[in-house]
Amino acid sequence: MQEPDLSIKISSLEMKNPLMLASGILGTSIASLRKVFEAGVGAVITKSIGYVPREGYNNPTLVEVNGGYLNAIGLSNPGVREFYNELSKSKIDDLPLIVSLFGAKPSEFKYMVSILDELDIKAYEVNLSCPHVKGFGTEVGQDPEAVREIVKSIKKETKKPLLVKLSSNVTDIVKIAKVAENSGADALTVINTVRAMSIDIETFRPILANKIGGLSGPAIKPIAVRCVYEVSKAVKIPVIGCGGIMNWQDAIEFFLAGARAIQIGTAIAYEGLSIFEKIKKGIRDYLIMKGKKSVGEIVGLSHDF
Amino acid sequence: MIFNRPRIVRILRVIEESSTVRSLIFKDDLCSKAKPGQFMMVWIPGVDEIPMSISMMKDDLAGLTVRKVGEASNALFNMKVGSMIGIRGPYGNNFTIARGNVMLVGAGTGLAPLMPLLEILAKQSTSIYVIIGGKTIDEFIFVNRVRDILSRTNGKMIITTEDGSYGMRGLATDAMLPILKEKSINMIYTCGPELMIKKVFEIAQEFNIPIQASLERVMKCGIGICGSCCIGKYNVCKDGPIFDSLMLEEVRDEFGFFKRDHSGKRVML
Repeated sequence: MQEPDLSIKISSLEMKNPLMLASGILGTSIASLRKVFEAGVGAVITKSIGYVPREGYNNPTLVEVNGGYLNAIGLSNPGVREFYNELSKSKIDDLPLIVSLFGAKPSEFKYMVSILDELDIKAYEVNLSCPHVKGFGTEVGQDPEAVREIVKSIKKETKKPLLVKLSSNVTDIVKIAKVAENSGADALTVINTVRAMSIDIETFRPILANKIGGLSGPAIKPIAVRCVYEVSKAVKIPVIGCGGIMNWQDAIEFFLAGARAIQIGTAIAYEGLSIFEKIKKGIRDYLIMKGKKSVGEIVGLSHDF
Repeated sequence: MIFNRPRIVRILRVIEESSTVRSLIFKDDLCSKAKPGQFMMVWIPGVDEIPMSISMMKDDLAGLTVRKVGEASNALFNMKVGSMIGIRGPYGNNFTIARGNVMLVGAGTGLAPLMPLLEILAKQSTSIYVIIGGKTIDEFIFVNRVRDILSRTNGKMIITTEDGSYGMRGLATDAMLPILKEKSINMIYTCGPELMIKKVFEIAQEFNIPIQASLERVMKCGIGICGSCCIGKYNVCKDGPIFDSLMLEEVRDEFGFFKRDHSGKRVML
């Protein structure tokens, strides 16, 4: 029996398997990202880095709900200069490292990429979809003009692949996806967390310090599958599925919906880092069972119906 | 069942430990059954949520011990009987119980996680040496509680102050040497300022004695996914807070040198 090929390629980004660590999870230090890489992912993505340092919101920044987790960390990050210093002192050449960036305007993204680009980073992901920070994320990513300018300004500054992470909290995700594609994005990550809220009934208070946060986990999976399906039908560049993937069956569902790769985050809270090997094995066994030679062969198969 | 969500409890008792330290006692089925060294995330509604060691477990009661230093700890310090706080956890790994002769080295509220440990050790260890360090006489907490626990077993408490106002003059680590030279100690447990822990670790290595140290970092999620509390490849909230000698060795480039602030930026210790 021939071993199915799990490797995938997104522009010049070559991955041994289609699993990626989603941004925001365990991405504070290179040591943590390396540990996740060693647990079997094809690529790791840092927490989103910004123009200047941000402490993020007060706690509580995370609360569990039925079907997932709600978080509002608030884009805490040490700022691009400090981040550059830390990366430049770390061994990263053997790490399939993708740096996530957030910002308010094109000039900030341009500046960050100009600082980071000499490092052995394999790709960038631009976070145009954080659902709970004023002036960033979705607030930028729902404006087609802003998306166009940001994507263009980054592409002018680097030859590295650019992933654009989109939000489901927009009227028409396909419209934004097409704008990103036409502006030069190499791939689209679909989706980020979904704007949500949880209130404590004893104290009458919203639990998160920021009141509103982003929902992740199994509860958002059907939303993510729908978005991947719609977006991948409308664009030619690869779509990377993200949202509530807990097991190999979920992973397969995303490939069938049109995702070429998938990102995993919240599942780690439930299962730990062993989740990656379990999902990989499940995908492999499924491909064998279905007589497929590679992951690529099942991408978008649901579009036929 | 949803585990990682604050359970609202009411403060049943407030214990004045010193002019700046109080213990709050409340009823909680999970934290009252925690293992020694575990911690909980404590929500002070409207203010913050902070990691706190479980300093007391008895029947269905659990307790925390807080020193007022910042906004959140002040708010917690000022809680009254009947006030509501939210608790999630217990989280993290725990101290493991060693037999034979053991030593505990603590300072300030670093004694908090050591207290439930001491209660258990008192039932099974041969000899227990408890060293409590502080700058000056006013800062000490739990002295009577330690004395009371040790009175039921074969143990000795040694107090050190930097200004000599109470007990022996010097650092807690100074008091380790005479004991280690004389007695064979099987395990050293420690919690307090990181530079003290580092010194304890160095001395322990010199004498070839394993240690278990409770570490502290900025925590946000408490469940090992946000990465805020990383030290080396470990997350203090999930892989710790108790680090044994091997783990401390693995994080030697960071331990005792720097921690990260809320933004993730390195801050020298």
